[in-house]
Amino acid sequence: MDLYEHQGKELFARYDIPVPRGIVATTAEDAARATEELGGRSVVKIQVQVGGRGKGGGVALVDSPQRAAEEAERMLRDGFKGMPVTRVLCEELLPIAREFYTSLLLDRSTGRYLALMTAEGGVDIEELARTRPEAIRRVQVDPSIGMRPFHVRELVAALPSESRQGATDIIGKAYRMLLEVDATLVEINPLVQLEDGRVVALDSKVTIDDSALFRHPDIESLRAAFPIDPVEARAKEKGLQYVKLDGDVGIIGNGAGLVMSTLDVVAQAGGRAANFLDVGGGATADQMATSLEVVLSDPAVSSVLINIFGGITRGDLVARGVLEALERVQPKVPIVVRLDGTNAAEGRKILAEAQHPSIVSAPTMIEAAQLAAALASGAAA
Amino acid sequence: MSVLVGRDTRLLVQGITGNEGTFHTRRNRDFGTNVVAGVTPGKGGQDVDGIPVFETVADAVRETDANTSMIFVPPRFAADAILEAVDAGIGVVVAITEGIPVREMAEVRAYLDARSSVLVGPNCPGVISPGEANVGIIPGEVCMPGRVGLVSRSGTLVYQIVHELTRRHLGQSTCIGIGGDPVHGMGFIDGLAMFSDDPDTEIVVMVGEIGGDDEERAAAFISERAGKPVVGYIAGFTAPPGKRMGHAGAIVTGSSGTAQAKAEALEAAGVKVARTPTEVAELVQVALS
Repeated sequence: MDLYEHQGKELFARYDIPVPRGIVATTAEDAARATEELGGRSVVKIQVQVGGRGKGGGVALVDSPQRAAEEAERMLRDGFKGMPVTRVLCEELLPIAREFYTSLLLDRSTGRYLALMTAEGGVDIEELARTRPEAIRRVQVDPSIGMRPFHVRELVAALPSESRQGATDIIGKAYRMLLEVDATLVEINPLVQLEDGRVVALDSKVTIDDSALFRHPDIESLRAAFPIDPVEARAKEKGLQYVKLDGDVGIIGNGAGLVMSTLDVVAQAGGRAANFLDVGGGATADQMATSLEVVLSDPAVSSVLINIFGGITRGDLVARGVLEALERVQPKVPIVVRLDGTNAAEGRKILAEAQHPSIVSAPTMIEAAQLAAALASGAAA
Repeated sequence: MSVLVGRDTRLLVQGITGNEGTFHTRRNRDFGTNVVAGVTPGKGGQDVDGIPVFETVADAVRETDANTSMIFVPPRFAADAILEAVDAGIGVVVAITEGIPVREMAEVRAYLDARSSVLVGPNCPGVISPGEANVGIIPGEVCMPGRVGLVSRSGTLVYQIVHELTRRHLGQSTCIGIGGDPVHGMGFIDGLAMFSDDPDTEIVVMVGEIGGDDEERAAAFISERAGKPVVGYIAGFTAPPGKRMGHAGAIVTGSSGTAQAKAEALEAAGVKVARTPTEVAELVQVALS
């Protein structure tokens, strides 16, 4: 779960990590009021779950509440990189002397936490990693001993001496936060030193491990702030993983790898997937029915490919689910079905006996993809 | 001979009395796996179809000499179950459970480093050596014994590939599902090394997908040593690019994590990378003829 900047900063505040004074605004008027409260000037920042705001007009320095309202209006109206923006963060302007970068993250390949720090913060950190990796200090933390003082000294050696005490303090708190809230990423870019010497977290990117949310209901409830596609929400409720794409061949499969493979094979057959939908293992008839409803709710869909390989998922249940779905939803598009694995023969028999006019069976994955792609483009003709 | 599971497997099932635990215990036993024990705290002394259930893994190992464990314990308790199995001296631990918090898996990894147990998973379908033993949820009906070794991050996708191989009478020595979690036990490199030493395996199929850099590191491993021939498949060429949060991930791996990058790395190491599951079987057929 990727937190908004202001949510990450609220967590920072809980852990005594210094952050600028900020007020969240959901309307242009609120942004004006917030800027007034912050002394008449502020920086207005889009709240989204992606990076690149600095370069993309997502951060605006304003010198009046009126300007704040104008910027907020633009941001809330235009969205960012195709994502809706429903709130902005207005923060006090601080006199910055230097900008650094620091992050703590889980390194998948070693299964350990990694801490990074460099004196060259702000934008273009990836460029630095590519051109002068030696400018970034990195420390691997063995979970059996945790982050120790020597790790921190190694990291802050990257910074000028007058910045080290403040940075040491923040890194220690950030590490404790990382463990306690089950974060897989805590990134502060930039970590700044103000003219008066204080070190402050000017930005926050925090990712929380989805698998640990069961023990952080307060963090899980922060999701309410994220704009949600109602179709994706419905799918999620039923334990389905659904992502809308922009093609016309609806895809339903079991297992993320198999679904991705199906998308690839459909593309090779000249089709364009309308979505990704993984029903997971052991899909019930109800889940199958919901999957079909979810996919068919997209008006762009001109054909559907159901590609199920049974492990725990039983082919006969899939078949019954498909038929149940077709009772709930009258499809105006053809449904290509390919079943294999556990009870697949039984499933194919159930479908054949039903003789539903919308259902087309295909024996192999490739033939099913070609059929679904052809049927979709035939419909478009 | 196969790797990880076979005729010498003495399987213990942690979480045997739960629905999934019981279902797959029966399935594995029907396949021919020697299931010797189950463990469910609070149900020691009971039995499941004649298989004795113990309070702890240590008890089970003492009484039955179990050497392999399959874990169907809910995510909240699964890391503890893995640690318990390793602590009791179980040599191969297959963790089926999905959704174990990453922080706990990081601790498990650190614990494993100092020990000789092999962890497969978590969030994996398990390991099957056709004709010998099945530890996990891979459908044995689609497999047949043979000389193709497989190691895969995905579950159902590898079943599809195994199915394509079996249809062409290209049987399998062992199919290893290493699972889809970011922090996991054995990886591609471990699988390649195991198959390299296995006289029953003639060729290895590697099934990867977007995310992380396991495939890239495997490609480097393949370049550095002469092992058995490898055929690859990567899922996710048309997957929508993930929304990237901070920059840290890219800085750390230096890899974009795309299917394209992985395929290129493998091809540069001399691996033929199929573009469909069917093509995997075709490439294996050509390589073995």
